[in-house]
Amino acid sequence: MPSAPEPDSFPGQLLRFAEELREEGLAVGTSELLDAFSALEEVPWTERADMRETLAATLAKSQEDRRIFDVLFERFFFRQAEAEAVRQDVREEGGIDPSGAQLVDVDALRAQIAAAIREGNEGAMRDLARLAIAAFGRQGEGSGVIGVDVQRIRRALELRAEPQPDLPPDDPRAEGLPREGIRDFEAHLRRELERATIERTRKLPPARPLNELDRALPSGPLADLAQVHRIVAQLKRRLATQGHEQRGRKRHAHVDVRRTMRASLQTGGVPIVVKTRPRRPRRPEILVLCDVSTSVTSASVFFLSVLHALHDAFRKLRSFVFIERISEVTEIFERERNFKAVNEAIGRDAGVADISGYTDYGRVWEEFLAQIEDDLHPRATVIVLGDARTNGREPRADLFAQVAERAGRTFWLNPEPRLYWNYGDSVIAAYERHCEAFECWTTSQLEDFVKALTRPVAGAAP
Amino acid sequence: MPIEPDSVSDVARGLRETGYLPGESTALVSYLAAKLGKPVLVEGPAGVGKTELAKALSRYLERRLVRLQCYEGLDEAKALYEWNYRKQLLRIQTEQAGAGWDAVQDDIFSADFLLQRPLMEAIASEDPVVLLIDEIDKTDQEFEAMLLELLSDFQISIPELGRIDARTQPVVILTSNNSRELTEALKRRCLYLWLDYPELDLELEIVRLHSPELDETVARKLVEVVHQVRALDLKKPPSIAESIDWARALLLLGARDIDAQTFRDTMSIVVKHRTDLDTVAERIGMKLGGLADAQRA
Repeated sequence: MPSAPEPDSFPGQLLRFAEELREEGLAVGTSELLDAFSALEEVPWTERADMRETLAATLAKSQEDRRIFDVLFERFFFRQAEAEAVRQDVREEGGIDPSGAQLVDVDALRAQIAAAIREGNEGAMRDLARLAIAAFGRQGEGSGVIGVDVQRIRRALELRAEPQPDLPPDDPRAEGLPREGIRDFEAHLRRELERATIERTRKLPPARPLNELDRALPSGPLADLAQVHRIVAQLKRRLATQGHEQRGRKRHAHVDVRRTMRASLQTGGVPIVVKTRPRRPRRPEILVLCDVSTSVTSASVFFLSVLHALHDAFRKLRSFVFIERISEVTEIFERERNFKAVNEAIGRDAGVADISGYTDYGRVWEEFLAQIEDDLHPRATVIVLGDARTNGREPRADLFAQVAERAGRTFWLNPEPRLYWNYGDSVIAAYERHCEAFECWTTSQLEDFVKALTRPVAGAAP
Repeated sequence: MPIEPDSVSDVARGLRETGYLPGESTALVSYLAAKLGKPVLVEGPAGVGKTELAKALSRYLERRLVRLQCYEGLDEAKALYEWNYRKQLLRIQTEQAGAGWDAVQDDIFSADFLLQRPLMEAIASEDPVVLLIDEIDKTDQEFEAMLLELLSDFQISIPELGRIDARTQPVVILTSNNSRELTEALKRRCLYLWLDYPELDLELEIVRLHSPELDETVARKLVEVVHQVRALDLKKPPSIAESIDWARALLLLGARDIDAQTFRDTMSIVVKHRTDLDTVAERIGMKLGGLADAQRA
């Protein structure tokens, strides 16, 4: 049996890297690793870019994975190099020298950085990032939090994406800088600051898992409309294909006479193969209740727009929004295709906040029961989106139980991470007894939920 | 004689010569595919040249292209093989009197009665081929499962006949528009390549390659406009093919510059949705108009 690879050898490092990928949820199996090794034999992996692409092609098998891979690859090999430097006590030549800071012409530096960002010149950006840290970074007495320092330096440099007309026209910043360029430069700043910290303290800070928020739903409701639409479009296509998938698998009782006869021609008119009629997928009737108080607005408007984008998939869809009382908004969504207009219309016309602007779940259930009495039957699905924070008011779970009992299925979507459930004034546990509760704050969770929603119910009438 | 590439730059150069300008990772993954004999799963938005890559590879490697277009309901009878039952029936009828059951049964389930479909054709071919399995995401999961044997071992098991091994190893390209999540099992057997819209310079080169007569400055402006259009929130962002079409149209019209007027007239080549047209006219048309005015002033 061959011995296990040394931890510092190249295979050992690659295995550690794979381990980090697994911790972030990539499915890196042994077969992927074997592929990676055999692929590296074919490629001169002394080139950093080639090596990264080779590993990505064999280890990261979706666009999402690829994004995580890129972040981890940068971090892992940066840390490896730094660890080696610390061990061998190498200090980089031309390191950031605080005493030189006074000599830097600040205005010229600003212009140079802006030019480098505009041209996307990586090498220049890296060098200038070091200079900028020396000039603005108050070396040795930074805030200790790298993110804060990065933002401070960026502000001091006056790098903005918007045009700045009061600057002279030949200044590269006058027309505004490309957003991506600014992000790249920030990444350089961050890396150089990290490097400086490591050099100063002579040890590596602990690696922390990737921020889950990197993958969260677009947070500002109107921050990234294009992204929301892309997600919705993708969901829609996936759902469209999903229905068909289900159709093929089930055995059905209804014989399709025409197709059976046609098939029998192959066997001389003897119907040997019986063809059955495909089952229509169940199209649920849906009632949505959405909390639109300030604590959850972004999530709920996003969610409502997803549902309405998908309205072809449902037989009937009625939506309500609530804060202290409820209001039906189905019409607004039918009239308005524009996300922004919907948001404004809800804010203007719905009139759901009476006095305090705090959610009152007890009153909401009462009004909901009164308004939709006729629509509540076993074929109906009720979806509630809210954080179940009652602000100290009566949760009235008994009324909610009545709703859940009369509807076929009841789902609760909570835009808070499960960690915060039942903390403070959150009473989700009281409601969870009567319904299926989902966490819903990343797109993949949302997708899981939509899948659960459209899944045909076993034993349901065709 | 089919070509065996020796290095990544070989592949890059070869693909270039066939008129396909590969990005860095495209060339690298293609090289690995040829060397390791692993299938490549190519994903990306519509119209970035996924299918074109397979065609270019077949031209470069001087291999025949075998194409399987996937669609909903595609089954093994259309993808792998089918028994030619008409021929089987005839065979039984001509020999009705003489031969016993066993002889006939052995006989009719032999290679002579097999209809080859694209997948089988690809591995049974005398010369190595490039196999393109296009839009694999359109099929259902059962079909994917059926592909697994072929993709990992390059063999097909036929119950009546036994195993058929590949005579030559094909280069396999699978494309997907990501309309559904493919199974882990399939992904595990493939190298992964994400193709995105190309960088500005690369796209400029592509446009220039396809319509070399177009004025350089016009071509650059065209590509810049297309990139701006892609940055908008559209139902269907323009693909590379549409940039090329647009370049050809401008060439035919003899346009010297893309101003607001030309743009409005030819916009429908790159933007193909009613609502998208409005958005683009408003956002980009305005900008172009503004530029033209500024130049005049």
